[in-house]
Amino acid sequence: MANITMIQAINQALDLALSADDRVMVLGEDVGPNGGVFRATEGLYEKYGGQRVVDTPLAESAIIGSAVGLALGGMRPVAEIQFLGFIFEAMDQMSTQASRLRFRSYGRYHVPLVVRAPYGGGVRTPEIHSDSLEALFSHLPGLKVVTPSTPYDAKGLLLASISDPDPVLFLEPMRLYRAMRQEVPDSWYEVPLGSARVVRPGDDVSVIAYGPMVPVAEAAAETLLQSDISVEVIDVRTLNPLDLETLSASVAKTGRAVIVHEAQRTGGLGAEIAASLQERAFLSLEAPIMRVTGYDTPFPVPSVEDWWLPDADRVADAVNFVLHY
Amino acid sequence: MDPLKAFPLIQVLDEDGRLIGDRSQVSDDQLRAFFRWLTILRTLDQRAWNLQRQGRIGTYPPFSGQEATQVGVAAALSPDDWLCGSYRDWAALVYRGVPLYFPLLNSMGHPAAGAFPDPVQALPVQVVIAAQILHAVGLAWAAKLQGEPRIAVALFGDGATSQGDFHEALNLASVMSAPAVFVCQNNQWAISVPLHRQMHSQTIAQRAIAYNIEGLRVDGNDIIAVYQTMKEVVERVRAGGGPVLVEAVTYRLGAHTTADDPTRYRAREEDERFRHGEPLARLRRYLLASQILSEDEMQAIEEEAKGLVEQAVTDAASYPPSPPESVFDHVYASIPPQLLSQQEELARRVREGRRGGQSHG
Repeated sequence: MANITMIQAINQALDLALSADDRVMVLGEDVGPNGGVFRATEGLYEKYGGQRVVDTPLAESAIIGSAVGLALGGMRPVAEIQFLGFIFEAMDQMSTQASRLRFRSYGRYHVPLVVRAPYGGGVRTPEIHSDSLEALFSHLPGLKVVTPSTPYDAKGLLLASISDPDPVLFLEPMRLYRAMRQEVPDSWYEVPLGSARVVRPGDDVSVIAYGPMVPVAEAAAETLLQSDISVEVIDVRTLNPLDLETLSASVAKTGRAVIVHEAQRTGGLGAEIAASLQERAFLSLEAPIMRVTGYDTPFPVPSVEDWWLPDADRVADAVNFVLHY
Repeated sequence: MDPLKAFPLIQVLDEDGRLIGDRSQVSDDQLRAFFRWLTILRTLDQRAWNLQRQGRIGTYPPFSGQEATQVGVAAALSPDDWLCGSYRDWAALVYRGVPLYFPLLNSMGHPAAGAFPDPVQALPVQVVIAAQILHAVGLAWAAKLQGEPRIAVALFGDGATSQGDFHEALNLASVMSAPAVFVCQNNQWAISVPLHRQMHSQTIAQRAIAYNIEGLRVDGNDIIAVYQTMKEVVERVRAGGGPVLVEAVTYRLGAHTTADDPTRYRAREEDERFRHGEPLARLRRYLLASQILSEDEMQAIEEEAKGLVEQAVTDAASYPPSPPESVFDHVYASIPPQLLSQQEELARRVREGRRGGQSHG
């Protein structure tokens, strides 16, 4: 056990996977001697060498496209896209190629590929670096989409993703990389994909969040407790496939739900979750399911982003709205 | 630099089928086998076109004119080498061991056409232009990391050279010194867009200079030239010489697909000019003149080809249909709960015969 940050937990998971399985390799831009722009791959190049921790040319489609070939050729590539906002360059290789090869080959081939990408706001990046694109990828059959909110989950979900026979997009909330420390086991453990986590049990409202919005939801729950409002916070963790069992069980209990995500609202994951919840728990609902999300604009410049990003205050407003509906 | 001089067209048979180069690397028996395959494939291609016109199969992309390149390339590979081709590369796939009925099955919309039988080492045909070139790089790179003697070959057309993935693939392969061969079938047309609108370069082979890799230009309608060139290239790449770009200059004799009408954009004279040097007629003229095959023997091969193709038509038509609910089977390794409930719903509707409304035509 060590008290470590999320970025350290990710580094540990990569280290463990590289040491446990010769087929595992890490590839991307600046992941070698530089150790990644966020230090996720720090020390790995020195430990495993340039054949397994590979600086690629600056070309996202080449990273994902060649990783598809590497995976088909018997390797277990863990590719890094330096910032999720740049993944559009590799959109065909992600969506039509990696995600679809099992289907297109009628099960003859599969692509055990993990694509890691930092995402989300709150760290004052230059433009395009903070986009939350999870809904685009959750829409793609054949791909799994995962995002942790704690160091423990980051390590366990990343190891589960590397073990998974299908392609996984592993989204790392940039602002949580060093936001907290947590006791994390040193050895290999996996947090199963497709399972949500009840972060904090409660009775009055379910607040459903993931990635960078989980601490925001927790902060709102803490504030609301002072007004005797008991909030159940759920971390979705896997965005596709969704753990609708856990989500609908919570809403069946509380009768009210607020969904929080940083990404823009229209066509977002919140819409999918809300639609699924009303299908499964309609008669339990005491109020409409509300969403607290980023606004339907491009992610703004740093001087505005704190106003744009959902915060505990907006979450508390939504909770109060559904409670007094 | 004059690219046409720096990358001279490698030719063994001229357009009239006269031997103008060295053919020491290919035996008479091999040439008879090539003639047989080119005949079978041409027969299949023409039959497929007619089947589509009769409404018995769906959209089909004919490969006529490109058989020499595709067979010549496939014949130069070892069984363990990877082949990553596009939707027009069925000739190479069939030569490699994919059953003759697979291209038909594919155009009938049967999902099993994506699963070539073992041990055919080839990816499903690629539809997105140039995407497979990167897969070949990854497969070659994996072989190199594993210390395996395998190489990977990508087949693509002249249109693909305009794509970013073409550049990204050649650059990455060059940087990684991956054992990959990039075979561009320059068939002069990307649907309706001629080569001179695709690029201002004089050759495709010269692009190799930019990546500091070997580039070659071969007459793609000359199966002896393609086969011999590829044999040498494959050997060098397998030995660790790094990737190679081969431009096979050929011509798409037919339409882009059965949904296309090339008379709208292609001049008749050009068609006639290229038709004269097309690969099957060229090989035929040479084999007859050199008495490697007689008219009678050729006729027997043509009869055999008709029989094989008719059998393929029967095989495709009688292939067991895929149950609609099996569409869920190969999305993930195991079916997630939401997909499972959708699959159950579809299976129930299939069972009850409830397909409401008309989905098409």
